[in-house]
Amino acid sequence: MSVNLTLLIVMGVLYSVGVYLVLERSLTRVLLGVMLLTNATNLLIIHAAGLPGLAPLYSSDIDPQNYTDPLPQALVLTAIVIGLGVTAFLLGLIYRSWVLSRRDVISDDAEDRRVAKQSAYVEEEDAELPEDTSEFDDEQLEAHERENEKRHHREQDAAGDDPSGGEGRGSQSSFAGSGPAPADETGNRTDDDGEVRR
Amino acid sequence: MSIDVAQLAPLAIIIPFVGAALSLVLVHRNRMQRTVAIGFLALSLVIEILVLIQSWDAEPTAVNLGGWDAPFGIVLMVDQLSAVMLVVSSIVSLAVLIYATGQGVADGDAEGPISIFYPTFLILVAGVSNAFLAGDLFNLYVGFEIFLVASYVLMTMGGTTQRIRAGVTYVVVSIISSVLFLIAIGMIYAATGTVNMADLSVKLADLPVGTQMQLHLMLLIAFGIKAAVFPLSFWLPDSYPTASAPVTAVFAGLLTKVGVYAIIRTETLLFTGDRISTLLMWVSLLTMVVGILGALAQIDIKRMLSFTLVSHIGYMIFGIAVGTDAAYAAVVYYVAHHIIIQTSLFLVAGLIERRGGSTNTDRLGGLARLAPVLAMLYIVPALNLGGIPPFSGFLGKIGLFQAGVDVATWQTYVVIAGAVLASLLTLIAMMRVWNRVFLRTPDDADFPDPVLLAPTREGHWGAGAHQTLTARNGDPAQRVSLLPRLMVWPTTILVVVGVGLTVFAGPLFKVSENAAANLGNPGAYVEAVFGPEGTPGGPVEGGLDDGATGSSDSGLPQGTQYGNGETEGLQEDIYDGSTPAPEDTATEEAP
Repeated sequence: MSVNLTLLIVMGVLYSVGVYLVLERSLTRVLLGVMLLTNATNLLIIHAAGLPGLAPLYSSDIDPQNYTDPLPQALVLTAIVIGLGVTAFLLGLIYRSWVLSRRDVISDDAEDRRVAKQSAYVEEEDAELPEDTSEFDDEQLEAHERENEKRHHREQDAAGDDPSGGEGRGSQSSFAGSGPAPADETGNRTDDDGEVRR
Repeated sequence: MSIDVAQLAPLAIIIPFVGAALSLVLVHRNRMQRTVAIGFLALSLVIEILVLIQSWDAEPTAVNLGGWDAPFGIVLMVDQLSAVMLVVSSIVSLAVLIYATGQGVADGDAEGPISIFYPTFLILVAGVSNAFLAGDLFNLYVGFEIFLVASYVLMTMGGTTQRIRAGVTYVVVSIISSVLFLIAIGMIYAATGTVNMADLSVKLADLPVGTQMQLHLMLLIAFGIKAAVFPLSFWLPDSYPTASAPVTAVFAGLLTKVGVYAIIRTETLLFTGDRISTLLMWVSLLTMVVGILGALAQIDIKRMLSFTLVSHIGYMIFGIAVGTDAAYAAVVYYVAHHIIIQTSLFLVAGLIERRGGSTNTDRLGGLARLAPVLAMLYIVPALNLGGIPPFSGFLGKIGLFQAGVDVATWQTYVVIAGAVLASLLTLIAMMRVWNRVFLRTPDDADFPDPVLLAPTREGHWGAGAHQTLTARNGDPAQRVSLLPRLMVWPTTILVVVGVGLTVFAGPLFKVSENAAANLGNPGAYVEAVFGPEGTPGGPVEGGLDDGATGSSDSGLPQGTQYGNGETEGLQEDIYDGSTPAPEDTATEEAP
């Protein structure tokens, strides 16, 4: 099977430039790359027909060897139409992307970035779990005791202007917030401890 | 000859297309459009079930489109694998279509741009059916393109920033895979001079080993991108979760499986020599393990499900790599099981999003009490996917492992160990969602969604599946149903069908074994297309050197090289019609 060298070189150039462009981050360049790739592929299929011959219109005088193979042309025709539709759609997407974000680059997935940032110690939820399920909130009890101690202190040296006024209010609020607030605080702390221990 | 039901198979493609055209015409009459779309899909499901029953234990059947014989015309092939895939895919797409209708009706978006959803969806179904039936490599490509283009539209429907971003990635990756497929087709045509799969089945084996290997790998890479096999699966978890729930569900159920189907055909029909099973074996192991590790890192339900989808593709690739009849039977069963289970899980994720306001597990909690029906709908397919014994996931996996153990090489044992691990990790991922979304109280969530907390204040705990949420301004006319019936019951039906895969596992495994027997015997496929005489010599000299020797002397394809099929008579008829050569008239009289 013989092929046309010029077409072959053109095809190679289209493929290489197309691959280069598709790897870019700019959407317009990706679109151009896609167009080059599809057209290079069309050339490749035309190569499959071998060297060009006569138009495949049947006549009894012509040796069948002299016809061009019509099937690759039919295939390419279908491929061109599909390529056209897909390119138009991609162009629409790029325009929409420009309208929405005024940027012509593919941005990263936000969720991917979150997972990438996540620390290697994934069991933070598990470390938190005892806190979630225990019926007796140790932290509350502790806070309560601390509160009582502070109150004792305050009563003992009631004379001086105690700096613990602010502190007292802080601990009181943490006691009152029986819901997620203290769990959050302690969760973070155990998490840090766990990480340090590892 | 009595009416051959298998000849009705083209209707599985035509009916959705006609339905798409009609529903496009009815774009301004929503109720009518919905009825037409669902009706046509149901009709094609009925026909596909008839085809399945007919081909239950039959040989493969070829349907010549337009009455043209095989290498010239386009053939559609019906065998058990095609029929099973058609029926399962139609069940799934019908359920998803009703679900999507429910979602649309519940949201009351009569005037929205969503009305192109129905035509696009039907075109997607037609493309998938075409791919399952194609007996011709280029027709397979066209089928791929039909459903891909439809999927581009469905993926980016609504045009939000998030969907456009994910959609561009999806579209570009799909185009690259299609270009690779097309390159492979061009090269195969250059090497053999045909794109008919039965013809190729015979002719590819005559090529030099290196050429075969190259063509084989080109096809596998193209299909591997579609099927999301490990190194080529990066695009899937990025793009699928951003689409709306019914769209993601149908994509997850069907599109990757079309890739798997194409890989099965490549391995069993086109390249029957067993050269790359080791490669497939390792790829399947990596797909399973890497996919499921990705799933464990996710906090979003849809993304977690997308990663499990990738992981479970590995099981099917493992079965294909083992390549015995028992393995293929298990693969067919597993594919059917996975289409249904994965789709129902994504539909449930959509319901969770609707009821709980989010699919982020950090924001969800307490749904088991708020919506016990939803909890049931989640836990059954979740256990099924994880491979808990009575369910079909277990049966499919045990079939695959059994086939692997029968082969008994150290590689299969390694992969089986990996597969058991992946199955266990799947269970962990599914149960973590169960614990967080359903069992804990909403207060324990990190950022509980207000929707979950609202009923507690109003004292509506456990009010059932048909709760409504009054809009902020308190206008009762604007009530939005949180779990509309039309969304719940298609999901329920799919879950029940998933359980039915267990109940009717016997007959299903039987048809899977029939399918595997036919897959293991490509000769029957070739015979179905060309009749008992074998393949004809093609009239086109595209081959490496066939053309030079084949027919240059007489100018007439004498057809002795590959045997004398009926098609040769056809060629002579065409030739003779206008040739006064004496020996030709003699042959004309002969038939």
